[in-house]
Amino acid sequence: MSIEVRNLTFTYAPGMPDETLAIDDISFSIADGQICGIIGHTGSGKSTLLQHLNGLLKPGSGEIYIDDACITDGKTKLVDIRKKVGLVFQYPEYQLFEETVAKDVAFGPKNLGLDAEEIDKRVRDAIAVVGLDYEEVSEKSPFELSGGQKRRVAIAGVIAMNPKILILDEPTAGLDPTAHAEVISMVKDIHEKLGIIMIFVSHNMRDIANLSDKVLVINEGKIALEGTPREVFAERAFLQSMGLDVPPIVNIVKKLEEKTEDFTTEALTADEAADEICAYINKQNR
Amino acid sequence: MIRDITLGQYYPGKSVIHKLDARTKIIGTIAFIVELFIVNNFWGFLIAAGAMFAVIGVSRVPLKFIFRGLTAVFVIILFTFVINLFMVDGRVLWHWWILTITYEGLRRALFMAVRLVLLIIGSSILTLCTKPIELTDGLEKLLKPLQKVGVPSHEIALMMTIALRFIPTLMEETDKIIKAQQARGADFESGSIIQRAKNLIPILIPLFISSFRIAQELALAMEARCYNGGSGRTRMNEIHFKKKDMVAAVVLAVFLGVVIASRWI
Ligand SMILES: Nc1ncnc2c1ncn2[C@@H]1O[C@H](COP(=O)(O)OP(=O)(O)O)[C@@H](O)[C@H]1O
Ligand SMILES: [Mg+2]
Repeated sequence: MSIEVRNLTFTYAPGMPDETLAIDDISFSIADGQICGIIGHTGSGKSTLLQHLNGLLKPGSGEIYIDDACITDGKTKLVDIRKKVGLVFQYPEYQLFEETVAKDVAFGPKNLGLDAEEIDKRVRDAIAVVGLDYEEVSEKSPFELSGGQKRRVAIAGVIAMNPKILILDEPTAGLDPTAHAEVISMVKDIHEKLGIIMIFVSHNMRDIANLSDKVLVINEGKIALEGTPREVFAERAFLQSMGLDVPPIVNIVKKLEEKTEDFTTEALTADEAADEICAYINKQNR
Repeated sequence: MIRDITLGQYYPGKSVIHKLDARTKIIGTIAFIVELFIVNNFWGFLIAAGAMFAVIGVSRVPLKFIFRGLTAVFVIILFTFVINLFMVDGRVLWHWWILTITYEGLRRALFMAVRLVLLIIGSSILTLCTKPIELTDGLEKLLKPLQKVGVPSHEIALMMTIALRFIPTLMEETDKIIKAQQARGADFESGSIIQRAKNLIPILIPLFISSFRIAQELALAMEARCYNGGSGRTRMNEIHFKKKDMVAAVVLAVFLGVVIASRWI
């Protein structure tokens, strides 16, 4: 599996007085098994970009290749794209509608026309993958669950379609710290268990640094920066000029670097920072 | 597509139409609508359409923006047209199997379609050129005299504002939910009518829940700002009839006179 986007451009309401160029000539690619983090200001075009990847929006111009097959030439069936690419919208718990959790998770697989046995298996697997207990939640109404649980049920609804690429639009938006941590560790788990390509949008730079193999920075519909988290977060001033930031820990170690003579740092995560600071202190004491 | 419904939207501008007193515009719109039902021949519609496009020209709202509102109700217009086309008896123009088109049917169908189009465009001009808040203030003042006989004018006006204010919000919400269910493989475009109706459940239930959530949040926000009904409430901007409004009233009266006269053309 791989994704390649070439010169994608998209305008909302073209020709109208309120037309908005939401995507402006974007190209990038994601290799098999990678987690790609996307950051960018609100309104920069992240959600619009994601909706192109499973055919919900048709590009104004440009192509998207999934596994070297073009999905934007109008020949590919939408069902086939959606089988491969699972998209979880922002606040996905607002799409829950069935009487029970199990039925809601089964909605996607049912639409794929699978038989009852296969659907049941997928529902059980998906609920397990998102870290919920099938016996406990399957017969409950999705509306009596907690916020974090609802969101996981909604994500399970997409995972049950067995996508080869899983896209999550701001999966942690509006969650309390506990639920946030649960969803992040769930994202890690899903990637470990399924090994699929994952794309996620977040405003939490710490999560981006911890999870991503590759980071895309979107600004005003264009890719402003692209690279490994280390490469991207090295551009602290540039990110800040776009109203974005680096992970808090990077700000701390960079301040330390400024205030000491011979401490240099490349740390992105708390662990790395702790190691570097310990090494520095040991060196000083020697 | 669902965002194309412009009914209830405001298009900011500085034209004379925008600056008229909301009451003038409300009365004008009601007069226009009534007049569409007085008209009994195509000349009347021609005059009405001419007047309407003149108002649109003055208002500087782009035509494209106005017509976009029509595409959304196209199905309703088409439905009315077809029903009228085949259901009226009279001189036969064309006949095939159980379908018959008569001269009277064709005339009636065209009549209805034109009337609907003018009705929709005409009333969307009101909301396109009037801020929702002015619209309700105007409505409330117009209904004030009825308060004496127990009509809750403030409450009616408030309900209308809220409804108008939330049309775009609910459209957006609907759009999002449709996309989210499509991402889960839902198909809203094929199948029998019953199947299609059933397919709407995954949209309608989340939409209902969202509406209740939005309503609750709004009620809380209003209470937090000490809203307790219309009595004793004052306004930041009082509305007044101005010279423009007098001119508009005269123009309107002339227009109505001409349209009524057109019945005898
Ligand atoms: N359905 C829509 N219709 C018209 N404009 C839209 C729509 N959705 C988003 N936009 C506009 O497109 C731009 C990008 O939006 P979006 O992709 O939602 O950004 P992000 O997800 O990065 O916050 C914004 O300017 C937004 O106002
Ligand atoms: Mg977004």
